[in-house]
Amino acid sequence: MRKTLEEVMRTWEPVIGLEIHTEITATRTKMFCGCETAHGGEPNTRVCPVCLGMPGALPVPNEAAIEWTVLAGLATGCEIERVSQFHRKNYFYPDMPKNYQISQYDRPFCKEGQLTIEVGKEGIAQRLDRDQPGVVTPTEDGYETRIGITRIHLEEDTGKMVHVGGSEGRIAGATHSLVDYNRAGTPLMELVSEPDIRTPEEARRFVQKLRLIWLTLGISDGNLESGSMRVDANISLRPRGQAELGIRAEVKNMNSFKSLHDAVAYEIVRQAEILESGGAVAQETRHWDAGRKVTSSLRSKEEANDYRYFPEPDMVPFEFSDEFVASVVARLPELPDARKERFCADYGLPASDAAILSEDLELCAFYEEAAGALGAKLDTLAKPLANLIVNDLIGALNAAGQELSASKVTPAGAAALVMLADEGAISGKQAKEVFADMIETGADPAEIIESRGLKQVSDTGELAAVIDAICEANPDKVEQYRSGKTGLRGFFVGQVMRETHGQANPQVVNELLGEKLDG
Amino acid sequence: MALTQEEVRHVALLARIALTEEQVATLQTELNGVFDYIDQISKLDLADVEPMVHSIPLVNSMREDVPVPGLDRERALMNAPAREADAILIPRIIGPGADA
Amino acid sequence: MAVAANPQDLMFKPATEISRLVCAREVSAREVVDAAYAHADACDAQVHAYNQRSDALAYAAADELDKKLAAGDKPGDGLPDSALVGAPVAFKDNMNLQGTRTTCSSRILSNYESAYDCTAVRRLLDAGTLPLGKLNMDEFAFGSSTENSAFGPTHNPWDLARVPGGSSGGSAAAVAAGLAPITLGSDTGGSIRQPGACCGVVALKPTYGRVSRYGCVAFASSLDQIGPFARTVRDAALALQVISGKDRYDATSVEAPVPDYSQALGADLKGLRVAVATDFLELEGLDPEVKADVLDAAERLTRMGAEVGEATLPSTQYGLAAYYIVGPAEASGNLARFDGIRYGLRAQDATDVLDLYMRSRAEGFGPETIRRVMIGTYVLSAGYYDAYYARAQKARTVIKQDFDRVFADYDLILTPTAPTPAFKLGEKTTDPLSMYLSDVFTIPVNLAGNTALHLPTKLSAAGLPLGVQLIGNYFDEANVFRAASALEQDYQFPYQTVPVNVLGA
Repeated sequence: MRKTLEEVMRTWEPVIGLEIHTEITATRTKMFCGCETAHGGEPNTRVCPVCLGMPGALPVPNEAAIEWTVLAGLATGCEIERVSQFHRKNYFYPDMPKNYQISQYDRPFCKEGQLTIEVGKEGIAQRLDRDQPGVVTPTEDGYETRIGITRIHLEEDTGKMVHVGGSEGRIAGATHSLVDYNRAGTPLMELVSEPDIRTPEEARRFVQKLRLIWLTLGISDGNLESGSMRVDANISLRPRGQAELGIRAEVKNMNSFKSLHDAVAYEIVRQAEILESGGAVAQETRHWDAGRKVTSSLRSKEEANDYRYFPEPDMVPFEFSDEFVASVVARLPELPDARKERFCADYGLPASDAAILSEDLELCAFYEEAAGALGAKLDTLAKPLANLIVNDLIGALNAAGQELSASKVTPAGAAALVMLADEGAISGKQAKEVFADMIETGADPAEIIESRGLKQVSDTGELAAVIDAICEANPDKVEQYRSGKTGLRGFFVGQVMRETHGQANPQVVNELLGEKLDG
Repeated sequence: MALTQEEVRHVALLARIALTEEQVATLQTELNGVFDYIDQISKLDLADVEPMVHSIPLVNSMREDVPVPGLDRERALMNAPAREADAILIPRIIGPGADA
Repeated sequence: MAVAANPQDLMFKPATEISRLVCAREVSAREVVDAAYAHADACDAQVHAYNQRSDALAYAAADELDKKLAAGDKPGDGLPDSALVGAPVAFKDNMNLQGTRTTCSSRILSNYESAYDCTAVRRLLDAGTLPLGKLNMDEFAFGSSTENSAFGPTHNPWDLARVPGGSSGGSAAAVAAGLAPITLGSDTGGSIRQPGACCGVVALKPTYGRVSRYGCVAFASSLDQIGPFARTVRDAALALQVISGKDRYDATSVEAPVPDYSQALGADLKGLRVAVATDFLELEGLDPEVKADVLDAAERLTRMGAEVGEATLPSTQYGLAAYYIVGPAEASGNLARFDGIRYGLRAQDATDVLDLYMRSRAEGFGPETIRRVMIGTYVLSAGYYDAYYARAQKARTVIKQDFDRVFADYDLILTPTAPTPAFKLGEKTTDPLSMYLSDVFTIPVNLAGNTALHLPTKLSAAGLPLGVQLIGNYFDEANVFRAASALEQDYQFPYQTVPVNVLGA
């Protein structure tokens, strides 16, 4: 009954902008007071007059949180505003102790940045105009596109509420609520993207990329499920070819990358159906219900928002000197894009492997450590090592539902295995066997080879003797082979392998068989 | 410019203050008196004048990221009108009239 | 140990004198507190300066001090190095002090217990003073008569039928009535100086940023400043000395060093340049006695060696309009936290949170608070920001430029503090605008952010205090004290003739 995403995308072009709130978990204290930031804990135990909004209390901004935000701006190509300030955003809500949020308005810390996202083959079909010139940049197995960043500003987080008496802790139907202010005042960075996103996959990729940057900077744990990273999507549709924007709805409450993708996809189809039936999209906030897989409007009696922003008079403006900005620039680590390029350039990896490795900080560290252990062999073995990690290791982890951090394989072990295979000590097939053992036990590959007697036989004299014996035992087969039935070659190889318990070096066997049978 | 009673009610809702109809009427008169006076500010020539948020030339007033002991829970909640399980108890957020 | 013959004899002494007596152990700190409360028992039923006495805190501080004195401790040696050790003090009821309620004279906070201390209060107490209690005010400091208190008005000690001014009416009346030699108030548009004028006491608004605002319930954050009331310029200067300076809990407090203000006291006026603000003297409705008093002060300053000239501050005529935009706008935000959720009055049987907000605030706020919050909400609301708030912020800039221009040639500006002596209770309660006009001479100083002091001069023909406002440049409280100290000596204002003095006799 519902149309598919692909169907509606043919008629309608989605225009999507994201607002991404990230809790800065790198600071020790809250945004405007000295209370410690941490998740969980007994309710109302990490609070003070300031974050409880007690009468007379005043906010004093956390220097470190501001520096982190500037760092985030630099990492996303933003201009750092030399003069900035906080504003008050006025609205009443019980989890916000002052009934205004200290935020930023027309003078945020960072403005006008951008991020390049890569969409792989799984998301390419959603971008119908990908082949039109100048729209996106094609890559090996997908495309790249640039998403603008309007601004990054800093504000304070709210407390948390538990809704009681309704079903499943939902706000609707609850009889009362309980408020805990431990989270109130946690530094919260809001990034607003330009409405440059066109598909659910692009939305997902943008947030994934951003999360990776935040993790690389160490600014936040970037956890969507726990809410330290929260994504709101503004979505509107317009007929393909039309420049004018449609009416947008805002979707909230996506707690995973899958939810984000699915909620955006759902909302696109929902809006298309409304528009196609002659209706109008309501400008409203909708909540994604991951269980029912729908967005729904949560209307209350509240009037339309009028935030009455004005400059926060409890604080003075910020003026960032060149020296200050330079000092933050100096803190910038290698960012994911640069890392990927380095992996291609320095290690000779294909872009796809480099992308996979550089998109996961742990995997990346694992690879770099293992590559370091290759020593002089780095140039020739960097690629096989990447293969092992990208294919075998990730495959095994996925199959076991395991995180890399829980894996028993060490970077040194992975490097040793690659080197042993390269030296011809074991065959490729044996290497797989050894690796399976390493996953299981975490043992050193040399030990596994030793204990399982997996040493590859490359000694020509030893193998020649085996081949001689086989030929002697099968004169008819030798005859048939020599009279043209060369398909029997496989038979001889198989026999050698059987005799040597699979430890014969196939290359040496082939060479010797050639000499013996063809010579 | 004169405030209508409808505007008075709207502002009261923004400010979260329940007004009686009598208060709405009184406030309309009083506020219009005040605004008649305040409107003289439109006579000032303020072209090319920078707005002043603070009277003193102070910038970059910040604190170091160092924890300071807060309030223990009893002190934090001692003025709470209603409590339950160490949290502040409040009535439902969405009233019976709302459509969820 | 000599006991004061009667409480008011002791209570009309300057704080420095009481401190000297206590430190010399001629009177015990406990006896000081006894005298303070005995005098309050005698006259505060009529004046109603106190919202709450902090007997337990006062006696605990007194006994601790007496113990240390008995053990041989002296100021600077075991005791704070201050000339205020043992002096009793009291605070406007918008300043937090643990062990007291901080009500802001509002129903919505009538049971609110302070969970922490206001920095200025803490600093004054850390100087060895004794906290007598919390003083009445206009609700949330909105008013110029203290009639907007939810707990009833304070009466002017010089004429109980008259207002003490406001919003720090309790703080001014307490000093005038001899309930305490030093009190603290807060000044957003004149709320220290105007009640200082009504009650005839020295009243100082420091430069914005000089004193931490932390712990003082905010009215308008960019205008508020805590300051002292006293019956001598020296007491006021010593109190400012103690409460001034950077506070890490107030991002708008400044690092600038605090000079030794006592150096300015008694210094001669040679070379001091004083401008009389002539346009202030042309205001319609300015009481002739008030005007004559300013001109008299100018003559005395000239006689004492100051160079007195004339200046105008033309943009300040827009001060009141700008103030009634900026003040309410900031207040509408600052008062949003009073919602019945975390503390304070909560309406019963609310159907939901919105209902709880609407009724708690309607029941908890008085009429003037509602007016100010409504004005502030309106001027910030969509479509009006530029016409009001942005214009008012620009008006502040031109008002500051007026002051800067005058201060390029002068050290001080001499003006009236209030247009009239204290008016009658009820006289202006039905007309908000005429009440607002009481602060027309004080407001420009808050908008510009510099400092000003009210100095009592003499009594009017009707026996009401008269006085002048001395406006100083940014962080130049020293020159203000210098001129005030000279005029004080010259005038010898008759503090002890205040009629309520006899109530305790």
